[in-house]
Amino acid sequence: MSHFKAHSVLPGFNLALGFTLLYLSLIVLIPLSALFFKTATLGWGGFWTVVMGERVLASLRVTFFTSFVAAIINAFFGLIVAWVLVRYRFPGKRIVDALVDLPFALPTAVAGITLAMLYAPNGWVGQYFAAHDIKVAYTPLGIVVALTFIGLPFVVRTVQPVLADVESEVEEAAASLGAGRWDVFRRVIFPAIYPALLTGFALAFARAIGEYGSVIFIAGNMPYISEIAPLLIVAKLEQYDYAGATAIAVAMLLISFALLLFINALQWWSSRRGTR
Amino acid sequence: MSITIENLNKQFGTYKALDDINLEVNSGELLALLGPSGCGKTSLLRIIGGLDVADSGRLLFHGEDALQRNARERNVGFVFQHYALFRHMTVFENVAFGLRVKPKKQRHNEAEIKRRVHELLNLVQLDWLADRYPAQLSGGQRQRIALARALAVEPKILLLDEPFGALDAQVRKELRRWLRRLHDDLHITSIFVTHDQEEALEVADRVVVMNKGRIEQIGTPDEVYAKPATPFVYQFIGNVNLFHSRDHAPWTQQHGDAVAYVRPHDIDISHTPQDDTALPVEVKLVRAIGSIVRVEVAADESCELVEIELSRERFDATPLAIGDKVFIRPRQFRVFQAGEKNEFSAA
Repeated sequence: MSHFKAHSVLPGFNLALGFTLLYLSLIVLIPLSALFFKTATLGWGGFWTVVMGERVLASLRVTFFTSFVAAIINAFFGLIVAWVLVRYRFPGKRIVDALVDLPFALPTAVAGITLAMLYAPNGWVGQYFAAHDIKVAYTPLGIVVALTFIGLPFVVRTVQPVLADVESEVEEAAASLGAGRWDVFRRVIFPAIYPALLTGFALAFARAIGEYGSVIFIAGNMPYISEIAPLLIVAKLEQYDYAGATAIAVAMLLISFALLLFINALQWWSSRRGTR
Repeated sequence: MSITIENLNKQFGTYKALDDINLEVNSGELLALLGPSGCGKTSLLRIIGGLDVADSGRLLFHGEDALQRNARERNVGFVFQHYALFRHMTVFENVAFGLRVKPKKQRHNEAEIKRRVHELLNLVQLDWLADRYPAQLSGGQRQRIALARALAVEPKILLLDEPFGALDAQVRKELRRWLRRLHDDLHITSIFVTHDQEEALEVADRVVVMNKGRIEQIGTPDEVYAKPATPFVYQFIGNVNLFHSRDHAPWTQQHGDAVAYVRPHDIDISHTPQDDTALPVEVKLVRAIGSIVRVEVAADESCELVEIELSRERFDATPLAIGDKVFIRPRQFRVFQAGEKNEFSAA
């Protein structure tokens, strides 16, 4: 450790590191390890039976699949929103900019109820889908809608500053070198914002995995089809099966951790190329 | 390729950035657009490069209308003040960019791209940096890479927007000489924008002096310095002393309100009156700066300081000390009617 310290001219290394570790322990590690301890009371066999239960597996599949789809949708449209907010000036831009944060501020249950009403077969939006025999509310599609709603700000807010940092001069330079719009995006802009986009994607994805409030109202919660893992956890809690609930939580945690680690590695690898 | 600009106008809101610009750029010429910030020089350059749109007027490249073509199609190399290099690409990839985005049919194969990029990097003497990223380069190196990148597509016209503006004085001097040599080798029609008169006079074949969206004078560096067409050019290029007719009537000779413009090195200083138009003054400051001696004098009746530059030899021939009563007389001057130009008030 002492040779890390020797490299840095910034003061307060010991204090800062100590504080960081303490803080993370209090806020993150201790609650999480409590989760693991509680799960451990089940023993390996018990843990395995809970997690490998067909209904649990199905709910995990629904959770991760819908979260992934929602994060992809958010990455795509969030990028467009960020683009518009950074590159163009139009009346009401500040209002649009503020709107982006609304999903953060709104209680998720309110969002869920509203979306469920809108997308129900007789709702304002749902009736048009219903006319084409597409059911949105009370299906996995509905879950995706809710998760897309709550995840949007993550992508917009992470991409926006990075995009603003890409000077328009760079685009002009590319254009004067003969690059078309698509080439400019693909070769100049995208590589610059890719790490931020990935971060936004990861945040939206992580947020979606843990989302409960907005989803349960629109999901319909049919076992094996539109039942998410957090709902199963709550169900187990209501039956006072605390160990069972934490077992599902631990399984979700491990999968999420692995996925986020993978995304981080991807990001580290891509950003390293630019600043090396 | 020659460039013809006819009656070009550009307005930003109520502000006229370009006011009826007419300009002919000869093929193979290195032209400087010189003026204070906000004079419209960068707007003009960007319109030529297709990065901005003119409100009205004509722009011809070698007799062909260029306004119809967008930046991609103009075959113009553009060099930005802040380099605008692609941060996530190596130096090699930056220079290769223009070659890689060519339409499939015109695109060279990888070996040819490699050969050309290395040729360009050798031209700017930075081949050894091919694998680095822009962030690892110094400002001067970045600008040379930016130039190599612009040259990669073999442009017929090269436009440089304050190319040395972000560099420190030493590097600046070096780079502008280097640019001049490069231009002598390549002979691409080039226009560069600068607010630094020294840079314009040293590098350019011809200088276009601009002010408030208008062209004040077009001429060789020698012409704009020795024969300024307007009071603005007089003041913008080199130092100048102003003598109002109401104070020094004998020099202005004209009737009415006029001002004589005199360069500091065009003033004679003597202990005895040269003739009856000589102005009696008192020496206020004597300062030797390298090869010249700067003397500041003030006429008795007013406190306005007059700046005089003497060569060492001349100073040694007539040594001066602070407080000496001497006489000055301009060897060469030019009179402008007061109110002839709005810029007059800037004096």
